[in-house]
Parts: sequence; C-alpha cells; structure tokens
Amino acid sequence: MSINVNPAQAYEPIFYVVDEHEHPEGASTMLGFWIYLMSDCLIFAILFASFGVLGGNYAAGPAPKDLFDLPLVAINTSMLLLSSITYGFAMLSMQKSRVGATQAWLAITGLFGLAFIGIELSEFAHMIHEGATPQRSAFLSSFFTLVGTHGLHVTFGLVWLVTLMAQVWRHGLIEANQRRLMCLSMFWHFLDVVWIGVFTFVYLMGMLR
Amino acid sequence: MFDSSTLAKVVFGRLTLESLPLHEPIIVGTFAVVAAGGLALFAAVTYFRLWGYLWREWFTTVDHKRIGIMYMILGIVMLLRGFADALMMRAQQAMAFNGSDGFLPAHHYDQVFTAHGVIMIFFVAMPLVTGLMNYIMPLQIGARDVSFPFLNNFSFWMTTAGAVLVMMSLFVGEFARTGWLAYPPLSNIGYSPDVGVDYYIWALQVAGVGTLLSGVNLICTIVKLRAPGMTLMKMPVFTWTTLCTNILIVASFPVLTAVLALLTLDRYVGTNFFTNDFGGNPMMYVNIIWIWGHPEVYILVLPVFGIFSEVTATFSGKRLFGYTSMVYATVVITVLSYLVWLHHFFTMGSGASVNSFFGITTMIISIPTGAKMFNWLFTMYRGRIRFELPMMWTVAFMLTFVIGGMTGVLLAVPPADFVLHNSLFLVAHFHNVIIGGVVFGIFAGIAYWFPKAFGFRLDPFWGKMSFWFWVVGFYFAFMPLYVLGLMGVTRRLRVFDDPSLQIWFIIAAFGALLIFCGIMCFLVQIAVSVLKREQLRDATGDPWNARTLEWATSSPPPAFNFAFTPVVHTTDAWWDMKSRGYKRPLTGFKPIHMPSNTGTGIILAGLSTAMAVGLIWYMWWLAAASFIALLAVAIGHTFNYHRDYHIPADEVTRVENARTKLLASGAK
Repeated sequence: MSINVNPAQAYEPIFYVVDEHEHPEGASTMLGFWIYLMSDCLIFAILFASFGVLGGNYAAGPAPKDLFDLPLVAINTSMLLLSSITYGFAMLSMQKSRVGATQAWLAITGLFGLAFIGIELSEFAHMIHEGATPQRSAFLSSFFTLVGTHGLHVTFGLVWLVTLMAQVWRHGLIEANQRRLMCLSMFWHFLDVVWIGVFTFVYLMGMLR
Repeated sequence: MFDSSTLAKVVFGRLTLESLPLHEPIIVGTFAVVAAGGLALFAAVTYFRLWGYLWREWFTTVDHKRIGIMYMILGIVMLLRGFADALMMRAQQAMAFNGSDGFLPAHHYDQVFTAHGVIMIFFVAMPLVTGLMNYIMPLQIGARDVSFPFLNNFSFWMTTAGAVLVMMSLFVGEFARTGWLAYPPLSNIGYSPDVGVDYYIWALQVAGVGTLLSGVNLICTIVKLRAPGMTLMKMPVFTWTTLCTNILIVASFPVLTAVLALLTLDRYVGTNFFTNDFGGNPMMYVNIIWIWGHPEVYILVLPVFGIFSEVTATFSGKRLFGYTSMVYATVVITVLSYLVWLHHFFTMGSGASVNSFFGITTMIISIPTGAKMFNWLFTMYRGRIRFELPMMWTVAFMLTFVIGGMTGVLLAVPPADFVLHNSLFLVAHFHNVIIGGVVFGIFAGIAYWFPKAFGFRLDPFWGKMSFWFWVVGFYFAFMPLYVLGLMGVTRRLRVFDDPSLQIWFIIAAFGALLIFCGIMCFLVQIAVSVLKREQLRDATGDPWNARTLEWATSSPPPAFNFAFTPVVHTTDAWWDMKSRGYKRPLTGFKPIHMPSNTGTGIILAGLSTAMAVGLIWYMWWLAAASFIALLAVAIGHTFNYHRDYHIPADEVTRVENARTKLLASGAK
C-alpha cells in the first residue's frame, strides 16, 4: 500500500483514498495459512501431551523397547527429511520459472513421501501382527494416534501435491499456482518439524524409558 | 448368508424404526409442530418463488454482511430450541417433589439438560457473536469484505450443519445424556452405547471446522485489511475484542477437535485414552476439554465487552474513557484465559499447590475485568447519557455482571469450591455471567446495529418490554439457584426429596416464564419494526450520532461497503470525520473489485452432514461415499481460478447517487 497520508496537513484533512490501488489477489493467504498451521500445531500439541501422560502406561503389554526398530525409523526419517530438501529444490526452480524442473522435483518429493508412508504402514502392520494393537494399552493408543495423525497429514499432503502438479501442468507457474505451492511448502516443512518431535520424543526417548 | 436383516444393517447401520422416539409423546408433538412449521415455510418459499432468490442472493453469498445476518438468524432460531429445553427443565424441577416424578422420564431429561448446554453455547451464543463480528468488524476497519470471502460462506454453513445434526438428534435417535462436556467414562461406549454421544461428537466436529476457519479469516481481515491510517491502537474497541476473540478461537478450538477425536477413537476403535483400564485416564479428558472450555467463555464474552464499549461511548456522547487500558485489559484477559482451566475441577485432587495456583490466576482475571467496568463507568461519568435500548442493556449488564463476577471469585477459592462444586450455585454463577454478560450484550448489539443492517430502527416499546421481562426474569430465575446451591443442591437432578426446597424451584420457574415473555417480546419487536419500517426509517446511516466507521456508510451498506476506502486519523474515525467537516465524495467513482458468489460452501457442508450421519449410524457406505465426494468437490473447487469480478463504475455511481438523494430527503 503506497498511500500518502500526511498527518501534518491540519487543514484539508484527507478522509478517503481517491486513487486506490487494487489489493493483489491472495495478499492474506500466506498469513492465513500460517495461522491455520499453528492451529494444526495445537492438535499435535494435544497428541504429544496425551502421549506424555499415557506413554508409560503399558498395561502389562509391550513397551517401546520391545517394539521399535530404530534403524528402520531412522531410514524413514531420512525419507521425510530428503523430501523436504527436494521440495526446497522445487521452490527454487519455481522461482526461476522452470516448469519442468519444478514438476520433476515435486514428483521426487512425492515419491519420498510415498516411501515414508509405505515404511510407516509396514511398521504399523508389523506391530499389529505382534499383538501391539492400538487397543492393547494406553501407550499404544497414544502412539498410534500421534504417529498415525502425522501419517494422515503426509497422505493429505500427497493428495494436495498431485492436485498442484495437475494445476501447474494445466496453467503453468502463474501467480495463483506459485502461492499454492508456497502454502504446500509450508505444510510440508511443518510436517517435517513435527516428525522431528515424534522421532525424538516418541522413538528415541521411548527407547530410553 | 446374506438375508434381508444383514442387508438392512449394511444399508441403515444402527438405524431402525425403533430409533424413532415414537413412544415419547412430547417429542412426537414437537416433531408435529416443527414439521408443520417447516412445511409451511417450504410451501411459502415455493409459492412466492423465492428459492432462486435465496440461493443466488443468500445461500451462495460471500458478502460478510449477508453471512453475518444468516448467523444471527441461525442463533435466534436455535435460541428458541435451547430455551424450550430450559423451560422443560424448570418445569420438571418445580414439579418433581413429594413423590411426583415430574413429566420427563430420566432418559429424556438427561438429553434435555445436555442439549440445552450444547445448543446455547455452540449454536446460540457462538453464531450470534460470530454474526455480529462478521457484520460489523469489516465495516469498522473500512474494508470491502473479509480476507477469505468463500471461506466465510463455508464456515457459516459448517456451523449450520452442526446445528442441523443436533436438531436431527431430537427426532431420529437421541442426543447425549452426559452433560454438555460429555465426560468419560460416562460418554465412553460402555456406558453410552447409543447414538447420543456420536451426535454430540460429530455436530461439534463439523461446527468446529466452521468456527476455526472463521477465526483464521477474521484475524487475517483485521491484520491485513485495515483502512490506511488505522494503526492497531486506533482500531475501535469492538475490533480489538474481535481480534482477541478470534485469536482465542484459533488457539483453543483445535484442542476441542483433538480431544473429541480421541474420544471418537475410544468409542469407534476401542482405544484406551479415557478408559478406566488398560492405562487410560478419564481425567485427562477433563483437563484437555477445559483447556478449550475456559478460553471458550472468553470467546463469548470478549466481543460483547467490545459492544458495550461502543454503546457506552456513543450513548454518553464521549470518547471511551481509558481506551488504552481497555485494549490492554482485553489482551491480558486473552492471555490469562489459558491459565485457569483447572478451576473447573479443583475437586480432582491435584493438591494444594496446584489448586492455589489456579485459584490465584482465576482471581487475577477479575482485575482487568474490573478495569473495564470502571472504564465504562467513567465514560458515563459527566456524559450526556441517552437511555436508548442499547444503553439500557449496557446498564443492566454492568449491574448483573458484577454480581456474577463476584460469585465467580467466590468459586475461585478452592476450599469454597469443594463445597460448591457441581452445585446449583455454580449453575447460577455461569448463567449470571453468560446471560448478564453475553446475552445482554448481544441484545445491546442487535438493538444498536440493527438500523445499520436494515436501514430502520427497532421499535423501542417492544424492545423495552423485552428488556424488562429479560432482566427481571433473569433475577427471578437465577437468584433462587444461588440459595439452593448454598444449601447443597447439586445440578442436573430430576427429582427431589426435601419439600422445603420446592418454593425456590417454583420461583425459578416463574423467572423462566418471564424470560420466555422477554423472548416473545423480542420476536414481536422485530415483527412490529418490519411493519412500521417506514416510520422507523433512518436515512442518515448514522441514527445514534455514533463514532466509528461503520456509521460512515449508508444503512444498509452497499455490497462494496465504501465507495472510497476511508482514511483514519484517530480512534473514533467517524466522529473525527464529522467534527472536521468531512464531505462525502459525489463523483469520480471507479470500478470495485469484489469476490463472486459460490455454491461450494453449502455443498461441502451438506456432504459433511451426510458423512456425519453415516458415522453416527454406522452406515459406512454413506460415510465413505460422502467423504470421497467431499474431497472431489473441494479439489474441484481449487480448479476454479475465476473467483472475482468488478462492480462497474456506473453501478457504483448509481448506488452512491441514490444515497445522495436519500440523504437530501432526510435533511428536509
């Protein structure tokens, strides 16, 4: 907004803008999306808190040490971290207006995300196969809910990613699409940050319990 | 084997003919009345061929003003339902003495008190407050609309979808019998195997999406779309309280979403979050839900503090006393509201230190609230006070709310709370602050801003009738409950043994009847005002000689709110414009960029309702199908890149010339 309001003009005060510029479309989107992300962060906060309260209640069932396969989780973590890096590359290509490179990096990001979800699901299947179901104890209820909610977010992010790739394919890197890619970027990195919390708080500290 | 009964189970889930409460004459009667009314309305709309108009101009609108009005209508309709529940409870408790069982069976009574609480908080107070914020705040900051107009429409319909689910539970199945916060283990599947709690959960989840997104929307609007010159400390106080309220919404509703999701998992999947065995912890639910619940009461009351500030300044003919302290008090309340949740269950037994901490933080909240009270008093001091209806509500609020605040401080003392916990004293306290604060404030706001929204004032006679019935009725209805609470009567009881208590319940029931008259007078007031609209017409757009920007434009405002964006120099921008010789621009209008209407919001909300019904009744096919449809419609909507249009300069000129004419006719 480049409007001159001169407070020193004691006589002839200006009470309205004659020469108004249009607000650029989507000027509030980044702020709005950021606020939404923080509200999502609170959902995770409650899930982390629940895990903090219930995480030690094994009800004579399996404990983290019996269940967690740290090397596998480490591989999974690297999948998600790499996907964040590749998303970063996609954004760099976007800024250089390279449609092909952007799409390629987005596709690679999606593959890493898919790998993450696949490994997580196989981990879950393995645990359930061993009788460590969400119903078995409050620890497992809160474990599956916290990790599963993160997984659901990543899945949703993948659906979104595919949608955006279709839109970029149709309309190119127009301003609206750039804004949308930026939102998904924030979402994707946010999930990365949450996962760091999960990895540390649930897996690493769980092994120390 | 795939016989017809398994087929029916797959198709209808838990829904059978027995789910319809045909054996309860009260509900059947209510259904008959509601169905007849609904059919009459449907027939009338069809007869007058209004469906197209309603769809184009209202259901699909993205105009914050129309969405605000629709929120108000939703709130007032649901008020009638919630108040019917209140009357039934008061009648039941007044009757059920000396061996009488009253007229409500326990199964029904427990639903009534749950539905009353849920409806009054989520589907009366929230829509009314949100409606006022939606309508007024963008006008106060000189904006054309909110930041995300489509989201605004979607939020409204999600709130409505939640209300539809609650209403549906009255006639199909049942509502929760758990109290309005549905504490486990009672609300868990073992003790509430029926659909009641599921209705509760999904109604709140669906409406919660709307509330959260509306919160994000209004915050962005205030942060991004203020008129040039309007720095934060020049915003009207109502805009300030709207900002703080929506920050509270965004920072607390996810907590409700999360805790209800955990309860859902317990009920649907069999997890052990809030169970008594396998390591679950029911008190965790109570803690988490009050971490949402306490900010929620400030979500309701902060906006009305803003309303009272605007009303007091306008009708005292002075600028608000202590603007800065008012703003800081609001912000302090916003922060402190997160540090007091445990005072709702001192009896949990968390120990003296924890209880002391929360007792003290609770008492500290009375300091900024008291500061506000003195600010309003000093605004009135030596003001030229006009006792119009909004001001009358404000004075009644100041007297009543202080009483409620003081009983709140009593409850904040943990040893006293061990005696008063879950007693009628508590019930009296929170009705004292919610009716004396929120409800009075909403009525003040409606009376104050109605002429802005419709171009004519509300009839003062019927307004005053409503006012006196409400205020006197409130004291009759709730002062006896303080007495009963101090005598140890607990809440939610259906029958009583001690006949000496009956007289207090009869007085309370009489008070409820007076409030009923107050509500009826309010409806009559609206009807009479519509009929007498020519006499009550306001041509100026500023009938109260008010101070803030919403009064600078016409009543009702044009779709674009302001032909030229205003420039703000001081706190009371419109007052400043009037006192420094502002001249309305008459020429040079330009095309105005506006968002287009869309039906996506109502479609998404309808699909959400269908999904909720599927989940409530275990009709998995319906839940899955509507979820897929939901995704498809949402994604489909993102492929639409053309969501705006320009109002041509000719049209703006035409609207503004009409106003010029109107102003000239009013000046005669």
